[in-house]
Amino acid sequence: MAKHTLDPVGKSVSRVDMYDKVTGAARYADDLQFGPGLYYGRLVRSGYAHALIKRIDASKALQVPGVKAVVTGKDTPIRIGLYLKDRFIFAMDRVRYVGDAVAGVIATSEETAEEAAQLIEVEYEELPAVFDPEEAVQPDAPLIHPDLGDYEVVNFILPEPGTNISEHFKLRKGDPEAAWPKCAAIVEGTFRLPQIQHVPIEPHVAVALWEPSGQVTLWTSSQSPFAQRDLIAQSLGIPHGNLRVVSPYVGGGVGGKAGVSMEACAVVMARAVKGHPVKLRMTREEEFIGTTVRQSLVAHTRIGCDAEGNLLAMETRYYFGGGASNEYGVNIARAAGYSCTGPYYIPNVKGDSYCVYTNLPIGSAMRGFGMPEIHWGIEQIMDQLAEKMGIDPAEFRRRNCVKTGDTILTGMKMPQIDLVACIDKVTKAIDWGKEEKPSAAHKKRGKGIAIMWKAPAMPPNPGSSAIVRFNEDATVNVEIGAQELGQGAFTVAAQVAAQALGVPYEWVRISAPIDTKYSPYEWQTVASRITWSMGNAVKAAAEDARKQILDVVAEHWGEDVENLDIKDGQVISYQSEREQPLEKMVIYGLPSEDFEGWKGGPIIGHGKFMPTYVTNLDPETGQGTRAVVHYTVGAQAVDLEVDTETGEVEMLKIASAYDVGKAINPDLVMTQIEGGAVQGASSAFEALKFDEKGQPLNADLVDYRIMTTVDAPREIHGDIVETPLEDGPWGARGVGEHVMVQTAPAIANAIHDALGIRFNDLPLSAEKIFLALQEQQKD
Amino acid sequence: MTAHSITVTVNGKREYLTIPSHMTLLRMLREKLGLTGTKNGCEAGECGACTVLVDGEPVNSCMMLAVEADNREVTTIEGMTDDEGGLTRLQQAFAEHNAVQCGFCTPGMLASARALLDRNPHPSEGEIREALVGNLCRCTGYLRIIKAVQAAAEKGEA
Repeated sequence: MAKHTLDPVGKSVSRVDMYDKVTGAARYADDLQFGPGLYYGRLVRSGYAHALIKRIDASKALQVPGVKAVVTGKDTPIRIGLYLKDRFIFAMDRVRYVGDAVAGVIATSEETAEEAAQLIEVEYEELPAVFDPEEAVQPDAPLIHPDLGDYEVVNFILPEPGTNISEHFKLRKGDPEAAWPKCAAIVEGTFRLPQIQHVPIEPHVAVALWEPSGQVTLWTSSQSPFAQRDLIAQSLGIPHGNLRVVSPYVGGGVGGKAGVSMEACAVVMARAVKGHPVKLRMTREEEFIGTTVRQSLVAHTRIGCDAEGNLLAMETRYYFGGGASNEYGVNIARAAGYSCTGPYYIPNVKGDSYCVYTNLPIGSAMRGFGMPEIHWGIEQIMDQLAEKMGIDPAEFRRRNCVKTGDTILTGMKMPQIDLVACIDKVTKAIDWGKEEKPSAAHKKRGKGIAIMWKAPAMPPNPGSSAIVRFNEDATVNVEIGAQELGQGAFTVAAQVAAQALGVPYEWVRISAPIDTKYSPYEWQTVASRITWSMGNAVKAAAEDARKQILDVVAEHWGEDVENLDIKDGQVISYQSEREQPLEKMVIYGLPSEDFEGWKGGPIIGHGKFMPTYVTNLDPETGQGTRAVVHYTVGAQAVDLEVDTETGEVEMLKIASAYDVGKAINPDLVMTQIEGGAVQGASSAFEALKFDEKGQPLNADLVDYRIMTTVDAPREIHGDIVETPLEDGPWGARGVGEHVMVQTAPAIANAIHDALGIRFNDLPLSAEKIFLALQEQQKD
Repeated sequence: MTAHSITVTVNGKREYLTIPSHMTLLRMLREKLGLTGTKNGCEAGECGACTVLVDGEPVNSCMMLAVEADNREVTTIEGMTDDEGGLTRLQQAFAEHNAVQCGFCTPGMLASARALLDRNPHPSEGEIREALVGNLCRCTGYLRIIKAVQAAAEKGEA
């Protein structure tokens, strides 16, 4: 019997994409077929971290049979970027990292393109390079973007031309100088995080077709079809209506497929061979160095509390190593600035957050968007302060964590959340305070806790829209521009539509792939904003359709619309107890009672959502009425063992709890919580490595390891807290990124509990832990 | 570039193909036969997304030349469902446990799990973890995949 789920919001209904994904029928960008006219692209990348381009000679490459064209920066002397237009699609006069795209070869086969790419001669003049963000802000550091002052930039990002600083966010609250002497305990530390990579299992792929008519189509694996359309259209002077971006299922996003990275290269290459689609597919090595990475961070942080253990003052400087382009990364530093305290109420704060150019791969959005980076230090300092004060770390956090109605660091009133409930859930789940025995004599066991907050980091007014269309049999097509990355966006859209319409969940279909020519606008599938923002748009569209239906039936029956409802796919009247199936009437309408004419017609509802209440912040103090739309908060606790003979860490259990407002699909929330815990744990052991010339040393999956089945924790526990969000659909807020934000510091706190050793720098490699144990024994 | 003629049975159907000597089994499946359910994640034998069964054994199809598949039997994700598109117990278990998110590792994961259950119908949790160690997943955190394989084993996956 076919399933028939009514009122699906809050139920763990099965995913709309599940059948396609377990049968191999789900199509991804690389699976699309283009026939024999398809050409293949290959990029020529810089071998220098910083150099001037003196000469490019493509003559030998162009003689290879099958080569159709070669493009270079001179073909597109225009910059691209989301918040700060600082990136040439192909390098112009200089390269800024090993991997910078210098030229693109288009040929009839992949092999030919590869062979020809090696024949392109590029003459460079090497320049001094800089890799550490703190060195890059020194006055004598090599200048990576001498033209920074000429770049187009949004009004809330503040670059400092003549330096390598692309964004400086200042937060000033209270009077820290006056507060320090009142502190009973102060802890300060420097914390370092390396660049890491998203490692989606599906590498980036883009196919572009530039028609002789000027119509352009781009098929990509993308979290951001509309942002790609906007940014590429702006840069290349294509009318938005002529640029169509089609994006099927995404095989893992993690932020790396947000905005534009290599896709613009494919479009420029297609322009050189009009009428032929050009396919550009990243190798795994290119995925590591030629798309984007998570920014590195150096954090200098000092926090103090009074004699009762109440936090009093904080001072922090965050230097984000943004890599060669900061077009997206500037907003990561800004987000880190306006959230620089972490999830704590601190009355006196001085925060400076910088995004800094370095000669390394391009730092950009990655799940958590600055929050995993800053929580790494904050959450270790909180443990150290608690220890100094003789207060249990969980209790210390309960006392100081941000609560509903607090005036937080930017001057904004904290919307409804319950972080204390999250702390209570994880301490219970992990038997906090109970000492556990290690499994062997050479192992040591420890527990650690960490809490987090994160707001959607985005412009003040990103929009979502949705269309709900009925079919003859009352099945419903829901059109959205939000992307399915695996997080379950399509399933949530279907649940929201079914609930708001009053039809069974199984009647709803999602119109996919997302196609900017047919799908309604969505800013980007990022920032954990989709369940909330798209959810509101779908709900509005369904309510619009519902109203249209009820108006027709009310008129038809001569009843008051207030007495009508839609239940189980039928219009019912609480007044007359009449019933009208939706089937047919949602397309053909209803005949008049006397059969003289008809009412109604095809039902198409539309809806939109855009936050209208976010305000600008003062550039000198970071103060304003409403810095962000809202925050999601959560807690994690871990139980682990360290092998003292090898330095290896074994994850026994991770317990997580997040306040999601309302779980539209509780089991999908749990899949985020579980997957995020493992990605977060994995991130504690990951690092991209470079030599002193900026050459990547581990751009492959053997030397850059992500957690496997044998590394994954033995147990993962999840709890859901539901404190409704005022403007969320049924109270829902996002949780996609939050689930990995504080895992690394929770692990560090547990390692400290086990060994009595604190690690300020990531990664937590076995070698580093082993050497620290050796050092400890000497003492 | 030398061309070779091979005969290979793919998902129960015999195929006669002419292929260049350097073509991998992965490329043959995707580009010659249009079987795009098998995914290309690294082409270096590191991620497991391209795992298929060759004579019942799990193989990274990016690391095997197509000519080596001559006179052998290959099963891909497209060959796992029955003729009516019905799911196997293993696929059902993946669905019931929400052991899938982006889905890109799923075909390879199912191939490795299928091979495990064929040689060891009642694996321990440790044996499942060992058998799937070559299949990377960035979304799920693996535990639901492990539980799904256990559940399929309990129901007697054939």
